[in-house]
Amino acid sequence: MLAFIIRRIGQSILVLLIVGLVAFSMFRFVGDPIDNMLGQERTIEDVERLRSQLGLDQPFPVQYFRFLQGAAQGNFGVSYRQGRPVSEIIRERAPATLELAAVSGIFAIVFGIALGVMTAIRRNGVAANAIMATSLIGVSLPTFLIGILLIYLFSVELGWLPSFGRGETVRLGDWWTTGFLTESGLKALILPAITLGLYQMTLIMRLVRSEMLDVLRQDYIRFAHARGLKGRVINFRHALKNTMVPVVTVIGLQLGAIIAFAIITETVFQWPGVGLLFINAIQFVDIPVMAAYLMLISVMFVGINLIVDILYIFIDPRLRADRSGAH
Amino acid sequence: MTDPVLSIRDLCVEIPTRTGVVKPVDGVSYDIAKGEILGVVGESGAGKSMAGNAIIGLLNRPAHISGGEIWLNGHRIDTLKGDRVRRLRGKEIGMVFQDPLTSLNPLLSIGDQLAETMMTHLPISRAEAHNRAIAALKEVGIPGAAERIGSYPHEFSGGMRQRVVIALALCAEPSLVIADEPTTALDVSVQAQIISLLKQLCRERGTAIMLITHDMGVIAEAADRVAVMYAGRLAELGPVRDVLTQPQHPYTHGLMASTPLAAQKQRRLHQIPGAMPRLDQMPEGCAFHPRCPHAQEKCRHAPLPATATAGGRAACWFPLLAEAAQ
Repeated sequence: MLAFIIRRIGQSILVLLIVGLVAFSMFRFVGDPIDNMLGQERTIEDVERLRSQLGLDQPFPVQYFRFLQGAAQGNFGVSYRQGRPVSEIIRERAPATLELAAVSGIFAIVFGIALGVMTAIRRNGVAANAIMATSLIGVSLPTFLIGILLIYLFSVELGWLPSFGRGETVRLGDWWTTGFLTESGLKALILPAITLGLYQMTLIMRLVRSEMLDVLRQDYIRFAHARGLKGRVINFRHALKNTMVPVVTVIGLQLGAIIAFAIITETVFQWPGVGLLFINAIQFVDIPVMAAYLMLISVMFVGINLIVDILYIFIDPRLRADRSGAH
Repeated sequence: MTDPVLSIRDLCVEIPTRTGVVKPVDGVSYDIAKGEILGVVGESGAGKSMAGNAIIGLLNRPAHISGGEIWLNGHRIDTLKGDRVRRLRGKEIGMVFQDPLTSLNPLLSIGDQLAETMMTHLPISRAEAHNRAIAALKEVGIPGAAERIGSYPHEFSGGMRQRVVIALALCAEPSLVIADEPTTALDVSVQAQIISLLKQLCRERGTAIMLITHDMGVIAEAADRVAVMYAGRLAELGPVRDVLTQPQHPYTHGLMASTPLAAQKQRRLHQIPGAMPRLDQMPEGCAFHPRCPHAQEKCRHAPLPATATAGGRAACWFPLLAEAAQ
């Protein structure tokens, strides 16, 4: 078990290095940050001086290596646009994104699994069919459109919920700001969280449903019925647990996606999170911010996948025995 | 003789389909006494398993019981609904399925599965259920039961898993066990062990067994009486020795003649010509008459006689007499 985790962490680090390398090689095509940093009245000397000051005159493997050196010490450099350390900026923005992602993740998982089980058990019921039909909307509408429609309905027409921003926040500890403790903060969370989580919810729901339908046909479910177990026990203890390996895999990927694709939702709702920061950084070719953001997202993806792999072992005893030999 | 444990009368199961209603079980009646093993044989699709599922209340929709009565220990059970049927399953009627590899939930330890079954039906604590689970595993001959109680199904061989399945079926001490092809998926060498285990446990407890199989060898070895089914109907019912050695129904006779025997060297196995009719294309009169070498005009039209009226065990107008059946 420990050997497995250590090896997976080793693999994860390799993945992170490759992601960083790819990201760095692409930054060269985004544009020249110097153009934005110096005004119209720049001289060639100014440009050259700034370029060498930022290390941009170095070949990109060297730039990458320097970035890694700094990153390993928690130093992601200084934002070209804001002139402040990137780690400070990200720390300021991260709570907004993480809170939003956490709320939409929980929303997606709880409703996705509950509705998936419900539509599988009552697969011929009117309600189940209505939910399945509605879920097609969730799968097929693009996120930004859902966001705009929700804003139109709940902010513009009904005026119940704010259409942008994070509301009032409260500072917790050194740097964490939370919107959970104020009414306006909670209200502001609702629409973006639904927008961000809806697609994931319908995806999880449809997956749970199809896996459940498959499991409910298995012999051991019949045998569980023949043993006289209660329907609730069979559905949840026996059937749902057997759907969990594929479902956890997808949930893991989707949680990563929720954080990564918060960009769109954050743009629509002007949510002051890291996604919005990243969009602005791209416009300004703010390489340190982009690099740090991409590394952060990859760390999360890799971390979540590691957790998912460990969860498999807890869920399915068949994976325990020869796990260290696999892969 | 005491009252039978199970008594079914004129049991009919219907499945409505787009082209009409089919009857996979059509007017079947038999009793099983305490401690008795009734073998139910027939080809695939003869309605043997369907009858078993009807008794335990596990027919898959849209199949349903359309007629007849099922009595268990003097109580009528085919009219029970919902939770009362569920409480019967496992507690009064245990069931063993064909494939032990798929009958057990792969994610729960066998101890958990035994304990949850017992705790569903008996008023016992978790600790007691745990102890009883170990005892149950010992009884079915799992070596090192106390250590293996936390093992998962994939850690057992097929034969061992079928023993676990039997332990599960018997753990709440039901009065009837329906064993649906319990040995078909097993190695021949393991089959005999499983059959003798089932026999032994039921003799000790006086449990009645309905042993569904298509294997005449298993019937000969285990059953006290045998019911031969053909196309949803009972063809012949009687003590196993009589039915196997002196079959009265031409179908039983054909079935016996097409069973290979190691002792006799046969050049070519007997075949019953044709195939069982499809359920939606049942012939008039006796369902077997198109394939029957003795069929006469009466067989084609007259409805099948009830078992008793033919003067013997077989539901046949012209049962084979002892001398005629070789």
